[in-house]
Amino acid sequence: MVESTIHATQAVVTLDVALPGIIWGWMITLNMWAKSIGTGVILVGAFLLYRHKKEDMPNLRWTMPLISFVALNVFLLFTLVDLHQPYRMVNIFLHPHWTSAITVGAWLASLFTGLITVMMLIGGFDAFPDFRKHCAVGKKVRGISSFYETIFPYVVFLAIPVTTYTAIIMAQSSARELWQAPTEVMQMIWAALMVGSAALILVADAWSKESRKDLALVIAVATFFSFMMYMGEYFFSFKSAEAEATLAYVHSGGAYNVEFWFGMVLGFIIPFFLAVSNMKNDNKTLLRFAAILALIGLYLVKDVWLKIPQMLPLS
Amino acid sequence: MKLGFLVDLNLCMGCKGCEIACKVENEVPLGSWRLRVKYIDIGTFPDASRSFTPLRCNHCENAPCERICPVSALHYLENGIVNIDSARCIGCAGCMMACPYGAIYMDPETNTADKCTYCAHRIESGMMPACVVACPVEANIFGDVEDDTSHISQYIMEHQGGVQVRKPEKHTNPKHYYVGGGTYTLDPLAHQRIEGYSLFNNITHLEAVGDKNHGVLDRFLAPFTGHGELDNKSLIESATDAESHEQEGGH
Repeated sequence: MVESTIHATQAVVTLDVALPGIIWGWMITLNMWAKSIGTGVILVGAFLLYRHKKEDMPNLRWTMPLISFVALNVFLLFTLVDLHQPYRMVNIFLHPHWTSAITVGAWLASLFTGLITVMMLIGGFDAFPDFRKHCAVGKKVRGISSFYETIFPYVVFLAIPVTTYTAIIMAQSSARELWQAPTEVMQMIWAALMVGSAALILVADAWSKESRKDLALVIAVATFFSFMMYMGEYFFSFKSAEAEATLAYVHSGGAYNVEFWFGMVLGFIIPFFLAVSNMKNDNKTLLRFAAILALIGLYLVKDVWLKIPQMLPLS
Repeated sequence: MKLGFLVDLNLCMGCKGCEIACKVENEVPLGSWRLRVKYIDIGTFPDASRSFTPLRCNHCENAPCERICPVSALHYLENGIVNIDSARCIGCAGCMMACPYGAIYMDPETNTADKCTYCAHRIESGMMPACVVACPVEANIFGDVEDDTSHISQYIMEHQGGVQVRKPEKHTNPKHYYVGGGTYTLDPLAHQRIEGYSLFNNITHLEAVGDKNHGVLDRFLAPFTGHGELDNKSLIESATDAESHEQEGGH
């Protein structure tokens, strides 16, 4: 056989410089994961408020913005910490470059966080009327209580681009072929719905059975579709040579294979079945378990999807 | 005016003179490269050959790094050069994620992104880029690709059909051309990086992006503690540490 006797097709790099390894690491994974929670609780919260009476979810008005506020601040903190020149973050506001999804995202996320902060303060002061009863700030915030309901529709609307702009950043990262897929946008939305409902499940102890059933429905639908999309990406990797070479880091076994499948089973498959069973028989403990697994699993899978394209030599 | 580069790989003999000239001219820190020459061995003994490929920023007409930069630190000059303003860079590494050619690095001294600028400062003074001057066989050809009478335009016309760019499928319209290249030299997926095959050094991957001693806290404290005053001496010490780490079996 000619091809096995003449090795002219074998090309090996024999001298080159050291290449960079993972450039965007765990901090960016954490950043994306936290942002999904921050926007997801708002989207899922809006869905619940549309479907149920406020009395069915007595603490939603203040826990929803509080969870979002904490998650968004984790997201903003790690965005800042990951910069090699964190103090220059201000340049995004002083010298914005509007073709960059990073710029647009930073502005949108800042506006979103500002509005969530206002909602959290109003929700919190209303929920605890005795707290800082005579404080000037408390009085002022309680005085504009209806502002919460006024801005809420805008916040829900804003949550969508804040969720999806990361997919545009990934699309603009044109060196990483795996991310150059329109499905990334939907993947971001499913991720937000998945961990948004998971986060709300953890504070839904006192909620009505029907509203908890809806949370189980959202987490089941989100884990199902997100899982199917990941499987599509995983098996249809032949769309380009680079994507195929990237996915080889998962296909061929090793640490990323273990992390990916561990995340898939833990964060998608098990929570899906637990959530579906919970829609028939209400079991708070199992639903909470499903929520925690979904939160952990999404982090693991996002981490793999972020890192593997960076393993490929670009030149 | 649109400045471009052409490398005739048939002429390049892998002396790395361009690499050194670039390092000296631009004071590129240890562990970083604006221009590098990659050796690729094709075939097996006795039917083997070695090719040399100089790799630098492609100064794309449709540059993904310029598009993703959130603060316009990466910007176009009127002559087509994709330049970088280190003083504005926030170090987000978005450009490193966007560049399909891996041509951008995080400078370990300044902790900002940096890359080949076609020696924009020399061109401004009417000089050629340092790598062009250093090349002993004139394999690096530089000039205005929009001027039909320029050397580079003439060279492109003479070699019609044999002029290639890297990754044309990315639609970046690079202004960096190769003559005498092939899939093996220009496509990073067409050759393998096998452990133990590398000449002179075994370090295949950098330990960190930017300064490895520039941890999370340092990033915030650097302006007050003077940590930013890193020089090549401290980088040599880091490299020595890396060597001892290498001997212990790590990368």
